[in-house]
Amino acid sequence: MDRLSARVTLKKNLIELFMVYRFSIGAFRYQFNGLKELLAKASPARSGDCLAGVAAETYAERVAARMCLAEVPLTRFLEELLIPYEEDEVTRLIIDTHDKQAFSEISHLTVGDFRDWLLIDSTDSVILKHVAAGITPEMAAAVCKLMRNQDLILVAKKCRVITAFRDTIGLPGRLSVRLQPNHPTDDARGIAASILDGLLYGSGDAVIGINPASDSLSAMSDLYYLVDEIIQRYDIPTQSCILTHVTNQIQLIEKNIPVDLVFQSIAGTEKANKHFGIDLSLLHEARSAALSLNRGTVGNNVMYFETGQGSALSADANFGIDQQTCEARAYAVARHFSPLLTNTVVGFIGPEYLYDGKQLIRAGLEDHFCGKLLGVPLGCDVCYTNHAEIDQDDVDTLMTLLAAAGVTFIMGVPGADDIMLNYQSTSFHDALYLRKVMGLGVAPEFEQWLKRVNIMNDQGKIQPVEPAHPLLQGIPEHLLTFKTPNEKA
Amino acid sequence: MRKPDKPILSRDPWQQLKRFTRARIALGRAGSSLPTKELLDFTLSHAMARDAVHLALNVTALARELEEQRFSIQLVHSKAPDRMSYLLRPDYGRQLNEQSRRQLQAIKPVIPSGAVNLVIVVGDGLSSLAIERHAKPLLIEIKKNIPEQWKLGPVVIASQARVALADEIGELLAADIVAILIGERPGLRSPDSLSIYMTYAPKVGCSDADRNCISNICSEGLSYDTAAKKLLWLAKEAIRRKLSGVALKDEGSLQEIAVIDQHRKLL
Repeated sequence: MDRLSARVTLKKNLIELFMVYRFSIGAFRYQFNGLKELLAKASPARSGDCLAGVAAETYAERVAARMCLAEVPLTRFLEELLIPYEEDEVTRLIIDTHDKQAFSEISHLTVGDFRDWLLIDSTDSVILKHVAAGITPEMAAAVCKLMRNQDLILVAKKCRVITAFRDTIGLPGRLSVRLQPNHPTDDARGIAASILDGLLYGSGDAVIGINPASDSLSAMSDLYYLVDEIIQRYDIPTQSCILTHVTNQIQLIEKNIPVDLVFQSIAGTEKANKHFGIDLSLLHEARSAALSLNRGTVGNNVMYFETGQGSALSADANFGIDQQTCEARAYAVARHFSPLLTNTVVGFIGPEYLYDGKQLIRAGLEDHFCGKLLGVPLGCDVCYTNHAEIDQDDVDTLMTLLAAAGVTFIMGVPGADDIMLNYQSTSFHDALYLRKVMGLGVAPEFEQWLKRVNIMNDQGKIQPVEPAHPLLQGIPEHLLTFKTPNEKA
Repeated sequence: MRKPDKPILSRDPWQQLKRFTRARIALGRAGSSLPTKELLDFTLSHAMARDAVHLALNVTALARELEEQRFSIQLVHSKAPDRMSYLLRPDYGRQLNEQSRRQLQAIKPVIPSGAVNLVIVVGDGLSSLAIERHAKPLLIEIKKNIPEQWKLGPVVIASQARVALADEIGELLAADIVAILIGERPGLRSPDSLSIYMTYAPKVGCSDADRNCISNICSEGLSYDTAAKKLLWLAKEAIRRKLSGVALKDEGSLQEIAVIDQHRKLL
């Protein structure tokens, strides 16, 4: 069997040009023109990569690509860049912020060795945390392609990413929930009713995050006041977020609206981010604005990001890179801004990117692994649309695997059915199931609150709520009379 | 048979909040899990949404019904031969197949000078149910409200259609304005929601930023009358200002064009 034929013999001045990677299995010789092609062909079969025309053409070619990739030294990823340094600010961010000191621990490894190194017991949480800044997204994506699902779970479980704002997210043995109380017309009472439903089921420690239907600033500021009022009145150690464009949130902060976390969708290339109407400097500006409000109590991680495989391709901004590698690059963007939470919305875009349950489950585990390995507090919206070959059984499988892998948070949508975004996700009931089966708790500050208001008992079990419960006695009346500052004026 | 000492299910004592939202709140619990009734209810909704995705549009029946209403009809098909390729290859759904392209090329639209040529496309999209239920009454409302000097081209019924298919159709039929009525991605609460996407001076290669969208047309959403008036208001403004899309903002008091979470949609 041939060894990797193209050796690192190129002169330094050629380092940004791609190599030809060759691999032979028996009489078959496979050739891969550059790391980009090698990474794409090593990916598990996926509808989005087929759509992009970058997937392996045969089963054997896919394995040949993996065997070839296993022999590539990690240092190669610092030399052969997938998008030229001059053309893409995400590439510049990855290269300019690469921590050589942290990398020195693994710089002698090939991708194959890297997988083995990640799996051995002596590579523990402390070492992984130390090395994270030396790992580039392309290295994470590469090793991911050599991993079985169980490998992705085992290694991710060892990665600890702990963040804080009004409560502490990501501690071992905990699983947080984003309470998502969306409503198709942003009706305050409808949203508040869903918030109450979630709180009474012990959900909401990650964030109370609303996808608004309207993009009017005054409608959105009403929502900020609504959630802030609920959080303050009941003294809940959690934070709110309204998921709108970052420029809207900057404007709202300037108007002194109570903004906790700043949200933005992000992707792994400069061009895809442009499609979202953002760049890195705008994210810096947003973060500074949010920090200026100083609203955190136990920490100052103020950003909330959402990502998802396929976003770069759907913006025609994938540069021939496979969708999982593009996604890993989005985590490099996230990591740079020290977010409280980052959410891969795994099955949202549709079957042309992730066709069925098998592809969904694999992508969710890949995203979680890459995010955690890079030091990002990764949660997952385990979700699907109705034109994909996916159902709630697939959701059960993926969320259980992710909980085993130590996922930071999942979504809490009433009955798993989002009536605003028209898709299915995970529910408050699902979070209770995961906590019970996997023995997981909620964020410690939030747990204290749940106990204080008798939603959780001393053994950590969610209690049946009596009609006389203070939240039920107080909130419905409050809801009926809730007035925003606009209405009061 | 042993009778349980206490009820199996925990009821949630906040049932009264259900009147504020159609979200699935106050479902109760069996242990910490969904009660059987709620589980089956969800499963049924999902099944109906799935059926809506895969149910083929009965094109001949729709054509007949519309011809009875004195619409002139053209039937076309995208490059996606079946549902499977439609779902996996969005690019196929945006192009006419060869036969349909030739068919439309053969029509030589005669448009009097100064007249506006409005072409309406009816595309199955992701819910043929939406088209079956709402296309005819909506078309009747649109026709009723069209300005006299406008010329309504043939109604083009397109199978396995994505939104951008209207660009090619509009270009071939020399439309000033093309509007496609298309079945939206079905949600569990609304398997039959219809949207209209309108483009000024359509041609192959127009982007989403060139279109205006009126969404959520269904029994519990926007009425046919309002949707038709919104469309024609936008079309008139587009003609007057010679543009459509992001540059054509919703300014009329009547206009409240739904924006569905742009940020998620872009993901």
